[in-house]
Amino acid sequence: MISIQTEDFDVGEEYKALRASGPGTGAISTFSGLVRDSGDLSGVTGLFLEHYPGMTEAVIQGLIDEASERWDVRQARVIHRVGRLELSDQIVFVGVCSAHRGDAFSACQFLMDALKTSAPFWKKEIAPDSEHWVEQKVSDLKRSQGWE
Amino acid sequence: MTDATVTVRFFARLREELGTDSLKLSVTPGQTVGDVLSELASRGGAWSQLQGHQPVMLAVNQAMAKPATPVQPGDEVAFFPPVTGG
Repeated sequence: MISIQTEDFDVGEEYKALRASGPGTGAISTFSGLVRDSGDLSGVTGLFLEHYPGMTEAVIQGLIDEASERWDVRQARVIHRVGRLELSDQIVFVGVCSAHRGDAFSACQFLMDALKTSAPFWKKEIAPDSEHWVEQKVSDLKRSQGWE
Repeated sequence: MTDATVTVRFFARLREELGTDSLKLSVTPGQTVGDVLSELASRGGAWSQLQGHQPVMLAVNQAMAKPATPVQPGDEVAFFPPVTGG
């Protein structure tokens, strides 16, 4: 399940959906990303998230397919919000069900790391007196390349 | 007249600095996405940044592409800065 949406999401509801993936599921790993107050700028008051509709979903589906080939993935759910977001708002959710915890942890972390460097989303930080398109981090690229 | 054009889309910082989110461009047989990029960069001004010091990512028909990827009439080409979601 992939959803790109402006509205918020409820991690409890997502967890419930993951639990319903069947009796073969023995482990669920979830990740949530939030808007924080410092990035490239300090004193950030919010974010604007832009994406490339269509390509975004295709790239994420490709990552879920890749994760499913590498690990036992019974179900994966990815939600990413777009538009204007405020401090502490939820940005992204990744949840994975597997038979065992190792696969759940690895697939969840892979999906998140790979999403950050390959899914076409762009963040603009908004501060009281300035706006700034976030630059891709070398550390994020290295994390993503670490899965290759 | 045949419509031998591709649609070129721009996102994020490029969209803002170029002042447009899409345009149509004529293509000839054998052209690549790199040729499309060079042609737009040769317009000068803000367009020069398409071949400037900041990296530009390329996509054709919503899949990541390389400069050597060929383009056909009707294709959707996109140029954008390195992605920063998550």
